[in-house]
Order: sequence, then C-alpha cells, then structure tokens
Amino acid sequence: MRLAFKLAFRNLIGAGLRTWLNVIVLAFAFILIVFYHGLNSGWNEQAKRETVEWEVGQGQLRNNGYDPYDPFTIADGHGRIDNPQAQGLEPVLIRQGSIYPDGRMFSTFLRGMDPNQKVLKVPVHLLKDSKADFPVLIGKRMAESAHLKQGDEVLMRWRDKHGTYDATTITVAGIFDSNLPSIDAGQIWMDIHKLWEITGMPENEATFYISATAKENMDVEGWTYYNQASLVQYIDDLAEMDKIGAMIMYGLLLAIALLAIFDTQVLSIFRRQKEIGTYIALGLTRARVVAIFTVEGSMYSIFASVVGMVAGYPLFAYFAKTGIGMGETPANGIATLQRIYPVYGVGLIVSTTALVIISATIVSFLPSKKIARMNPVDALKGKLQ
Amino acid sequence: MKKTALFTIIGLIAMSFMLPTGPSASQIIQKVDDNMSSDTRITESQMIIHGRRNSRTITSIGYSRGKYDNFTEYLAPEREKGTKMLKLKDYLWIYSPSSDRTIQLSGHMLRQSVMGSDLSYEDMMEDRKLLDIYNAEIEGEEEVDGKKVWRLALTAKVDDATYHSRKLWVEQERFVPLKEDLFAKSGQLLKRTVMSDIKKVDGKWYPHKMNYKDMLKDGQGTDFVVTKMQINVPIADEVFNKSNLKK
Repeated sequence: MRLAFKLAFRNLIGAGLRTWLNVIVLAFAFILIVFYHGLNSGWNEQAKRETVEWEVGQGQLRNNGYDPYDPFTIADGHGRIDNPQAQGLEPVLIRQGSIYPDGRMFSTFLRGMDPNQKVLKVPVHLLKDSKADFPVLIGKRMAESAHLKQGDEVLMRWRDKHGTYDATTITVAGIFDSNLPSIDAGQIWMDIHKLWEITGMPENEATFYISATAKENMDVEGWTYYNQASLVQYIDDLAEMDKIGAMIMYGLLLAIALLAIFDTQVLSIFRRQKEIGTYIALGLTRARVVAIFTVEGSMYSIFASVVGMVAGYPLFAYFAKTGIGMGETPANGIATLQRIYPVYGVGLIVSTTALVIISATIVSFLPSKKIARMNPVDALKGKLQ
Repeated sequence: MKKTALFTIIGLIAMSFMLPTGPSASQIIQKVDDNMSSDTRITESQMIIHGRRNSRTITSIGYSRGKYDNFTEYLAPEREKGTKMLKLKDYLWIYSPSSDRTIQLSGHMLRQSVMGSDLSYEDMMEDRKLLDIYNAEIEGEEEVDGKKVWRLALTAKVDDATYHSRKLWVEQERFVPLKEDLFAKSGQLLKRTVMSDIKKVDGKWYPHKMNYKDMLKDGQGTDFVVTKMQINVPIADEVFNKSNLKK
C-alpha cells in the first residue's frame, strides 16, 4: 500500500497542471461546503441565543387557550396563577390594539411586562424612567414602519376585557434594537400593571409566563410548560431544512469536481495501458494495480483537502471574527441577523474531508475496475481494449 | 283671599299638565326604532369605499327579516361578485365563490373590516336594542342641515357595549337619525355616521345615504347608498337558509 501511495504521489506531481486543475476544483468545493456549513451553524447558534435572550427565556408556561401562531387566540387565551413570582415566573400579557400614526391605522399587539423583570433583554426598565403619562417601548422595525421616533406621541385604541373600545395617547419612551422580528414588528411593549389597568384585568393575568430558571416541566392545570429546548426546536428544524437545500447546491459542485477526477482516471487508464501491463508482468496482482490507480485518484481529494484548508483557513478565520453582513432584513419571520458569525467545528472539517475523500475514492475506483478485466499481453502491446 | 290662592295653585297645576311637553330620550329612540324597522326589507345598495388613492364601489342586494336575519349577495365588481353573507342571530357565514367555500366568522374575525370599508362585521352584527345597552338622555336641541334635531347622549349601562357612549342627532319632524358619534371609554371620538337623503318608503322615513367614518383614520370613510328599497314584502324562508349561500 505504501508503494501505491508513493507511486500515486509521484504520478500526480508529475502530471503537473492537470493535477492542480483537478485539485483546485475539488478544493473550491471543499471550501464552499465548509463555509456554508459554518454559516448555517453560526446562524443557528446566534438565532437560538437571540431567541432565548429576547423572547423565550428559560422556558414558558403558556395558557392552553393561547397559540402563538394563531392571533385569534389572543382574545381568550389568558389566565392567572397564584403568586407566579414565587415560582420564578414573569407574567407577559398580550392584547390586540391599533395605533394611528399620521392618520394611518396600524394593527398591533400590546405586550405587557414588568419593568423590573430580568428574564428578557427587552429594555422595559426604560418605562420606569419615562416622565410620560403612558410610556411605551417599540422595536426599530416597528418604529420604521410606523414612522415613529423616541418622544413621539400617537393615539392607541384597544378593547377592555368586556370588549369595549378605549383610546388614549401613548408616548414612545424608547426604541430597542433586536434581531427578533417576532418581538418587534407590530408590537408595543408597556408596563404590565398599566395593561392590567386599561383592560380591567386582574393582577398577574397573563397570556404566558416566562421562567427565570430552567425547568424540565411544570404541572399547572389549564397551562402547558414548554422548556427552552422545545421553544427553539424550530430553529434547528429550519437550519436542517436549509441544509438540505444547500446540499443540493454543493452536491452539484462536488459532482463537477468528481466528474473531472473520473475523466482524468478514464484517460489515465487508457493512456497508461502499457504501464498497467508492465505492473502485471512484474507480478503485481490486478487488485494491487487497481489499488494503485484508485489511490492515485483519491489522492486528488487529499491534496484538495490540504489546499482547501490552507487557502480556506484565512478566509474562515476572517469571517468568523468579523461576521458576514446580511443587510437590512424584512420585518417578519424568525430571527433575522444583520451579521452572521460562522462557526467551524472540528467535526465539520473532519466530516467534510471524509466526504471529499470517500467520494473521490469511489469515482477513482469505478474506472479502475476496468484494469481487472484487461489482458496483460494486449496491455503490454498498448492495444485498445 | 284664601280661596283665590287655592284656585290659583290648582289652576297652575292643571295648566302644567296641559302644556305640550317633548318626548323623553327613550321615547325618541323608540320612535326612531319604530320608524327604521320593518318586518322585511329588500335593499339594493352601493358601498363606496374611499381609499387613500382611489375609491371602489361594491354593489349588493340585501334581504332582511326582523332584527336578526340578514342575507346579502354582492353583485359587482367582478372580484366580489357572487360573494354571499348570511347572518342568523349571532352567527355569520360568508361564502366565497372563488374558493367555493363557506366560512363562519366568529370571535375576533368579526372585528375585521367588511371588504376593506370603515365598517366591521361586528358593527353589522350588533342587533341589541339601543335602550337595552344604553341609558339615554336629551342633551339639547340644535339644527343639522336646517332641520331641528334632538341631541341625545347615550351611556352604556352594560359592561359589554362595544362603544361606551354615543351621541345621536335625531330629526324632530320625522324621527330619523341624521348623525351618530361613537366614543371610547376615555371619551375619544372613534366613529361617526352621517345619514342623509331621507326618503319615505311605504310610510316610513329612511336615510338613503350613510357615511361611516373611522375618525382616527384619515380619509373620507365609506358611503353606503341605497339605490332601491322595498319594505314589508314577502321573502321566502329559503333566502335565510345556509343552503342559499352556495346556490
């Protein structure tokens, strides 16, 4: 086997440009696979972190009538548990309302939360410092779409617990910057005590409670506990879906690179029939000759992995440090990060290298199989077979 | 002397009973209700929805029976043609020909706007009598479009009134409302309805043009123009049947 590697190495170096062209194409595929996987992992990690910090906390105890994907459940999907603070639960109440900036109607969700809370990064503490009669907090997406800025006053309309309309002027006490559109677009944050007051709801009434500490489960009648892992599971699912799409893309790229190796192998076996005949005449078994040619083909992938790592490392390191700007993101959907920091794990590098080497070995072996059927005499004569 | 004083007092009391006094707020609302309601009604109308850039007109024919049953079929434009709406008491169904499906609107779906107008389905669904929901009092008398009107103030006496208070301007001569303002709990004016083009239909006075306006939004609101109205005409029971939606 050592001989096979030695011969393969010499042959490839001797082939010059032909070898390096194959290596470059394969190395490009290698870099792209690692890069894209890194980007995907980076987005996944960041999106999860942001979602935990800004939206889900350590877990949520949701009212059974509330479905976050169905806005029609907000009206009735709320309730109350006794002394939630003692259980490390922070109440969040959601109601529907509208605001009227410049005479245009904006449907919004009014989110009430205690300004002293510590479970989320949403800066509701700013509400405590405001001198306005009715201070509220909005995200930058909401501010942009409604053309609102800090200090602006706008009329807000809502319904109390009986369904009677009420309206008053609110003041934008602060604008926060979050990557999570779900807590920003169309959302108005306010002191939950104020929301209880204006809707006539009793203290501790909530759509859901956010847990300050990690819990596996909670057994409260009429409520369902969702732990942190289940609340961010959709991000993993999305990343997985994205990975499938990406696999098609770099599968095609890898196929092109492997096709080049396959072609090279076919040509190599055709042109080096005398050499093959000589090997057999010298006493090498056909299996060994096949092995020599297969190793030669798979060595492209080893070269490509080395070149890929050498050429890709500065690139990977640079992007891992500075991140990749994703530009302005639309104000809906899940975490949309303006800058993604790719994450490259050892597992990712090893698995990608293995993928490239194994696939290159397979495509090298396929044409080499022909050697096993060759007549050594004809091969020595260089006859076409 | 004593006798003279006694006769004077009795005379004054008797005169006070003989003096013409106006109707109470409840009586006015009752009379408005009597004037505006009928056993059955067939109305051909146009709903003109004024948008920011342009206006669109939706033509429909509506059948109503009593206070609770209503059937509306949209006739134009092409996009809305064939859409039907059936309201029976507290239930509302909408049939859409494009999907060939009937859906029942309930809960918060009723708070959506009707065809993008300033009217919500809930506004259309409210069929409780005003006097069941509000305490009414006469605030004063004034003139609207040259007509003498009473200005009535209505304040909710139940918890679940959509609007906490209303103001109603009722024409004194024909007992027809000419204007209505709807207020939030805070006193903020939310919606205004202006009625005009009052015509007599089978002995009852009825406004043939209504403008509904969400006062918090810019724009001209939504006009509802009655082009033809028949009252107390027989309407087949099948009209108010769910099976009529898909016909």
